[in-house]
Amino acid sequence: MNWPLEGIVVVDFSQFLAGPYAALRLLDMGARVIKVENTAGGDLCRYHYLSDTRIEGDSTLFHAINRGKESVALDLKTPDGLAAAQRLVAKADVVIQNFRPGVMARLGLDYEAVRAINPDVIYGSISGYGTKGDWADLPGQDLLAQARSGIMWLSGNVADGPVPVGLPIADISTGANLAMGLLGALFRHARTGVGALVETSLLESLAEMQFEFLTTFLNNGRKLPQRLGSGSAHGYLGAPYGVYETAQGHLALAMTPLAILGPALDIDALTELAGQPDAGFAHREMIHDLIAARLLARRADEWETDLGALDIWCARVLTWPEMIAGPAFRALDLVSSQSATEHSSLHFLRAPFSLDGRRQQVCRAGPSLDANGAAIRSEFGV
Amino acid sequence: MPDTTLDLPLRGLRVLDFAQFLAGPVAALRLCDLGAEVIKIERPQGGDLCRSMIVNNQKLEGDSLVFHTFNRGKKSVAADLKQPADLAKVRALVASADVMIHNFRPGVMERIGLGYPEVRALNPRLVYGAVSGYGTTGPLRDKPGQDLLVQSLSGIAWLNGNAGDGPVPTGFAMLDVATAGNLVQGILACLVRRSISGTGGLVEVDLMSSAIDMTFEQFTCFLNDNEQQPRRHEIGNANPYQPAPYGLYRASDGFFAFAMTPLATVARLLDAPEIAGFAQSEAFSRCDEIKAIVARICAKKPVQHWLDILEPAGIWCAPVLDWPGFVASEGFAALDPVQTIRTGSGAEARTTRCPIRLDGQILRGPDAAPALGADTAMIFAGLADR
Repeated sequence: MNWPLEGIVVVDFSQFLAGPYAALRLLDMGARVIKVENTAGGDLCRYHYLSDTRIEGDSTLFHAINRGKESVALDLKTPDGLAAAQRLVAKADVVIQNFRPGVMARLGLDYEAVRAINPDVIYGSISGYGTKGDWADLPGQDLLAQARSGIMWLSGNVADGPVPVGLPIADISTGANLAMGLLGALFRHARTGVGALVETSLLESLAEMQFEFLTTFLNNGRKLPQRLGSGSAHGYLGAPYGVYETAQGHLALAMTPLAILGPALDIDALTELAGQPDAGFAHREMIHDLIAARLLARRADEWETDLGALDIWCARVLTWPEMIAGPAFRALDLVSSQSATEHSSLHFLRAPFSLDGRRQQVCRAGPSLDANGAAIRSEFGV
Repeated sequence: MPDTTLDLPLRGLRVLDFAQFLAGPVAALRLCDLGAEVIKIERPQGGDLCRSMIVNNQKLEGDSLVFHTFNRGKKSVAADLKQPADLAKVRALVASADVMIHNFRPGVMERIGLGYPEVRALNPRLVYGAVSGYGTTGPLRDKPGQDLLVQSLSGIAWLNGNAGDGPVPTGFAMLDVATAGNLVQGILACLVRRSISGTGGLVEVDLMSSAIDMTFEQFTCFLNDNEQQPRRHEIGNANPYQPAPYGLYRASDGFFAFAMTPLATVARLLDAPEIAGFAQSEAFSRCDEIKAIVARICAKKPVQHWLDILEPAGIWCAPVLDWPGFVASEGFAALDPVQTIRTGSGAEARTTRCPIRLDGQILRGPDAAPALGADTAMIFAGLADR
């Protein structure tokens, strides 16, 4: 079998996360991805260290996002650099960029300019907040987009302030949305031969991420979801949904009928409430407190085993060391490792999907800046 | 701009959505937004469980509003897959389809006779998408694949909140949405391949792998950093791996977000000589001390005071908005990320739209979700005509 995007060439002008994440997904499906980087150090992400870890001089983060890609360094502000970029986009199937609105137009590499060179190009463009309105020129950064989208009031407990999602949810969901649009356009191109402009933004993606809740809010007279006093996990779902402390560790409980949970936990008051419609909403805090008091009596792993045997939806809350020590993580076969030096290995994550029963095997590190410059210049006749 | 307004990429394609609740139906929704005909195959008694999952007491035409959110614009066929007569009709429908999606637990579709090998024999061009909680092997394969549980098992609950908190799950179904996105990408890639090779394919995704992918940059740091569990910041944590001042701060009248900024710049703009005493490398090692100083200073003045100082200096910062603030904002108006959907009888609701814009056009779909079995007769009759 062949990977679906074999033969597709992606020329990626984007930096940091959202754009390069979209390119990574295309790479995992078989595409060739050429990063076009500035000559003054390249993708800023190379120097953006999370903690102190780095691999061969570049940040671990850079390798996580750019594994398996090629790099060519061009100064797009010089005539030579621009001419070289034009040679690249002329032969590209897909072009990706995530500069602020207007930057690519000033460089002469916006959709219209690229289309003049390559009429059926598929051009993917990411912005923070779209291309018009007062917010269009604001920096499209994950935390800031989260701050503006209302998403920070959905996690944590009622007495907390805003609680951001502690991972770059705006960037990753935006990259995924762009990848979907590009793939849809590639399919249309295969059928009709026409190119496309695909656009998305951090803010649209965060609105979509919250769609279940935001739809509720927009139609209920704009009542806000309520976080619980403790163990809150969903502002519009009734008890017992949430996270509970136990004698050792924490236990998450998903939606479970009180008629089942009451006897399972031996709490008569829950069983009695089970007859009442909407008890899970009407007595949410009280039910939560009753369960919390009971679950403190035993360890989370004991509860998980015993409640799980009754088909109650629950899970221990694991840390990463606990997760990777378990057989479930190993069964996913998500990590590929390669030896870096005599004494160390590099570990990369693989694609989150499998095709025809296989996960993509790309486990090369990210390229050093301009690693493929000479080969690409020669290949594209620059 | 090419004039492709009416030529949505998946126009003419037929997608069968056997899935319930969230990840599967949302993947099918995105294919619907991109132009495909999506037919839900539902059990005759009650259909998709999501129809009766009334959240916040909100319904539209008897079904939960949430159901409409996930299933707008689709068609519905009611069929009992355990009845041979219905199954035969569904198999004929599968033969006519381009894509099918299911999220039954591993083994269920195989028992019904609609596993991938059987379906491929029936329709070699079909792209088959399967969603599971934890993959098709391993000790969790038969466990419920539910968003909160997978957040708990994947370490995500220890990335949110502050160091003194217990685990803090993300308060919405982020993994279902992420899993749906991964499935859509795999399906579309296989459709691209089909246009060359003529044959379909099997795309498998699971919530657990999608959870780990959502954390991939942080988790890669963890794997290459002696497998040390990351420690959340003591206050205003927004990403355990980011150095000071990254995070949220409480001003005198609200909160604002402060993204990556060199310490020397922070010291200068906040007029804080005590921060100037820290080396940039200490932004990691003494993160909590530095953030405590920033927090003490920021608490004294309103949000706008700080934005007026930071924004002109090119510092990445933003006020923290709630939904009323977000929905009333200029940015929301400019992107127009919501749309109105209508049922056949004219009941209306507002919901989000597809987050992808194509050729300058916003992709909107005005139709609400179908009533259970609304299209059964018409679709089966259509098969007879083929």
